[in-house]
Amino acid sequence: MSDEKLPGEQKTIDSNVEGADSAPKAGLEREDAEASAPVTRTGMWSDGSPDTSGYGGIVRQYLPRATSERPLPEEHERVVARLEQIVDGATSHVLFDRGELTIFVPREKLLEVASALRDDPHLRYEGFMGVNGVHYPTDAGAELHAVYALQSFTHNRRLRVEVSCPDADPHIPSVCATYPAADWHERETWDMFGIIFDDHPSLTRILMPDDWVGHPQRKDYPLGGIPVEYKGAVVPPPDQRRNYR
Amino acid sequence: MTASQTDYYAQPGEETTGTVYTSMGGDWADIAQEQAERGDETLVINMGPQHPSTHGVLRLILECDGETVTSIRPGIGFLHTGIEKNMEYRTFTQGTTFVTRMDYVAPLFNEVAYCLSVERLLGIEDQIPQRANDIRVLMMELCRIASHLVAIGTGGMEIGALTVMTIGFREREMILDFFEAVTGLRMNHAYIRPGGVANDLPENGMAQLHDLIKWLEDYLPEYALFCNENPIFKGRMMGIGHMDLSACMALGVTGPMLRSTGYDWDLRKKQPYCGYETYDFETKYWKPTDGWEGCESYSRFRIRLDEMWESLHIVKQAAERLEASVGEPVMVADKKIAWPAQLAVGPDGQGNSHEHIKHIMGDSMEALIHHFKIVTEGFRVPAGQAYVPIESPKGEIGCHVVSDGGTRPYRAHMRDPGFHHLQTVPIQCEGGMISDVVVAVGSIDPVMGGVDR
Repeated sequence: MSDEKLPGEQKTIDSNVEGADSAPKAGLEREDAEASAPVTRTGMWSDGSPDTSGYGGIVRQYLPRATSERPLPEEHERVVARLEQIVDGATSHVLFDRGELTIFVPREKLLEVASALRDDPHLRYEGFMGVNGVHYPTDAGAELHAVYALQSFTHNRRLRVEVSCPDADPHIPSVCATYPAADWHERETWDMFGIIFDDHPSLTRILMPDDWVGHPQRKDYPLGGIPVEYKGAVVPPPDQRRNYR
Repeated sequence: MTASQTDYYAQPGEETTGTVYTSMGGDWADIAQEQAERGDETLVINMGPQHPSTHGVLRLILECDGETVTSIRPGIGFLHTGIEKNMEYRTFTQGTTFVTRMDYVAPLFNEVAYCLSVERLLGIEDQIPQRANDIRVLMMELCRIASHLVAIGTGGMEIGALTVMTIGFREREMILDFFEAVTGLRMNHAYIRPGGVANDLPENGMAQLHDLIKWLEDYLPEYALFCNENPIFKGRMMGIGHMDLSACMALGVTGPMLRSTGYDWDLRKKQPYCGYETYDFETKYWKPTDGWEGCESYSRFRIRLDEMWESLHIVKQAAERLEASVGEPVMVADKKIAWPAQLAVGPDGQGNSHEHIKHIMGDSMEALIHHFKIVTEGFRVPAGQAYVPIESPKGEIGCHVVSDGGTRPYRAHMRDPGFHHLQTVPIQCEGGMISDVVVAVGSIDPVMGGVDR
């Protein structure tokens, strides 16, 4: 990191808060943090570098927006069909891949879907195993994904629920009321990705210090590190080395 | 602690009602005088992060009325090291080196959870050699014993039973010696790799394993003799940290805590992996006929004690299988994924085997190119995401790995049971005594390296 201060670093916790209006409306925790630029990757080596050794001519679309054709294998089709029977428009699409079922839920339907998944006797996903964020800067309009892992103890089944929100409006309703165990996981996802879980009882940072600026697991957040000199040669920090992708 | 009528941490628009107690330092004379003037019994105590009874750097903020805990809030994050972020800049094989440092008391479970997810993404779950799976089971079950020994030992130490700790670490050290012989390191092994394990058992490995089994058979009964009927031990443990089945379900609790409510949930039985369905063992859980209450610290202790014997039973079965399969491969046959060489111990420490160095440096240019490519570049993992949960000593652990089709994880997130279970501290401790907080936290068995990652 350079010696320059990060945006907002000069602010302290003692700065006056003008009122509720000054709270950020969109996904930026501080109004002066900058939105991410889309990333396009080409080739195997560092982006934009004239060094093309090992260049494989690969242009990879690295957002896998995969969808499975319905109907799915029977056991999984029954789960999705039952859910759609209870909640209208519960899924935007589903994916059955490598034996794992993922349903993609529009965020405005998440609360209904969560309580249906927990309470319906045919579904009974009563175990909440965590939520994890994934940042896809190239997925315009759905840059931030929250991935929920659910476990049905009754039926011994697993389900992955994926909800996305745009970077400009990073709000997803909190499922804490349905699954109390989501509390810390949602705090961690807010801390690491800046997804705001609406109606969470206390959405504060959990792993990073309270006055930290930025959300470290986002793809536009640098890894950090300094060049290391060894026997006259300089080794750049890991995120600045040329590398295979 | 200071008390005031202003809440500096309130959200804009929130009103302060009543006295606000803030956990912070100050001159003792001032604090004592303020307390005397105020005349109530409320104390805010900051326990940790540097407290010997908080299992590493866990901070507990207690609000107490006398010695009764009225509110408790765990604060974590002091050991956050950004492991998941770092993994995004390393190859999939190097990822093992990172995950093993998360929950450092049960490192092999981190490695297996991560590798199973990567293997599912690669689509090679069926191609893992039998011997590699047997070694994984052997190592995991020994690691489970070692982890339970730490849980019981440090838990005992925290309530004053220091001998339980000293003998616990004695047995654990024997297990770690075996780990060192197999993997080269006592902890942080990076031994289990996508596709199999890093290297086969050493020449004297089986002999050392039999010595270890003998040792554990001789010394594991000591814990039951020391603790089971010890009146002080029972007095401190029984009825503490109560959490029933419905609370466990609501909070997604797994592992010994869930089994102490009488529910036989064990992923080794319910969702088998690594061939656990072929081993003969029992799930240990609390039964109403046990003669003591379920859902609390003592029953969790007894379950851990019983599980160590079951693990030893599995270890013996794995040892038999490994004796029968000497010489079989321990890494997947696909040379595009498998690490090209086994390890050898040389005069300057651990490194590649000399035969392999001779082969790539003297015999075959293609072998050298292959070695260079797979070590520097790694292998590509098809795009997608996977989550394979396994039963760690503490509960369900699983790694959510997302790949974009490249040579590094696009995102890897470890679902650590300790992180999840620390949420249950308030429900277990509020309304109890301060001294029982230590017992309840000990029965959760959190490891902060895994909690904070």
